[in-house]
Amino acid sequence: MAEVDQKALFEFLLRMGDNTLVLGHRVSEWCGHSPILEEDIALANTALDLIGQTQLWLGLAGEVEGKGRSADDLAFLRDVWDFRNVLLTELPNGDFGRTLLRQFLFDAWASIMLGRLQKSSDPRIAAIAEKASKEVAYHVERSADTVVGLGDGTQESHDRMQAALEYLWPYVGEMFQSDDVDAAMVAAGIAPDPAGLRAEYDALIGAVLDEATLTLPKGDFAHKGGRTGYMHTEHLGHMLCHMQWLQRAYPGCDW
Amino acid sequence: MKNEWPLWEVFIRGQHGLNHRHVGSLHAPDAEMAIKNARDVYTRRNEGVSIWVVEARHIAASAPGDKGPLFDPSESKIYRHPTFYDIPEEVGHM
Repeated sequence: MAEVDQKALFEFLLRMGDNTLVLGHRVSEWCGHSPILEEDIALANTALDLIGQTQLWLGLAGEVEGKGRSADDLAFLRDVWDFRNVLLTELPNGDFGRTLLRQFLFDAWASIMLGRLQKSSDPRIAAIAEKASKEVAYHVERSADTVVGLGDGTQESHDRMQAALEYLWPYVGEMFQSDDVDAAMVAAGIAPDPAGLRAEYDALIGAVLDEATLTLPKGDFAHKGGRTGYMHTEHLGHMLCHMQWLQRAYPGCDW
Repeated sequence: MKNEWPLWEVFIRGQHGLNHRHVGSLHAPDAEMAIKNARDVYTRRNEGVSIWVVEARHIAASAPGDKGPLFDPSESKIYRHPTFYDIPEEVGHM
C-alpha cells in the first residue's frame, strides 16, 4: 500500500461515516410515524443498517486520526462545521415519497461506491465495504421499488414524486465532486475518483426513474459544501440538536 | 376500505430441511413487496432461509362450527399414534 497522508484518509473516512450517520438519523425520524407498520419497520431497519455502517467508518476514522476519539465521540461531540456528509443526506425528510426518493438517490451512489471500495488497497476499508455492500444491495432494491410504485402510482403520488425529484436533484451532483482528498485516495489506490462513478450512476437511476414515469429536471446546477464542510444547509444544525442533546446535556452518559 | 392493501400470510423456512412455518401476516400492495415486507418484519433476527407469502383470501379454511364432525371421530383412536414400536438407537431423532 502506497504511503497515504493520514489526514486525507481521516477526511475520506469522515465523509463515508458522516453520510451514513446523518442519513441514518434522518431515516430514524420516521420511526413510529410511517404511513403503515410494515414501512415503519423497513425504514427503521434501513436506519439501523446505516448507523451500523457509521460505527465502522467512524471507528476507523478515529483510529486513523490517532487522538483516541471513538466513533461515538465523533458522532456526538462534533459540531456542524466538522461534519463531512453530502448535503443530500441532511435535507429534511419531507413526505414519505421524498424520503424514499432521497434514499434511492443515495443508495444508488452507495451501491456503486461500495462496489469499488471492495477493491481498496486498504484491507480495512475493503472489509467494511464488503459488509456494507450486502445491506446496501437490499436498500437500493427496496427504495427503487418504492420509487417506481409511487412514481407510476396515482396522479397524486406521481406529482409528489416529481416535486421531490425537482427538490432533490440539485443535491445529487455533490456526490460526484472531486478534490485533493479524493486525488490522494486515488493515488494510493484506496478509493475511486467520485467523478468517475457518474456514468454508471446516471444509467442506474435513469432506468428506475424512467420506469417510475418521472422526468429528470433540466440543468446540472449542484449545491455543494457538505463533503468539504465549507457550508452545510441550515438543517444540519437543527438535526444535530436532536441527535446530540443527550451527550451534550449529560457528558459521558451511558446506558 | 377500498384503498387498503391486501392481507398476506407469511411462511418462513427457519433452516434448510425444515418446513415453512406460518409466522404471521402483513399488508402489501403486491407479492414482491409482501416478500420484502416479510423480510423486514419477520427475519430481522436471522430467522429464515426462505419466505413464502400467500394472499390471505386464497386460503380456504375449515369452519369453526364443523369442529365436531371433523375432529371428534379421531379422538379415541390411539392406535393411530405409532407409540407402540421400539425405535433403534441408531435411528436417532424421529
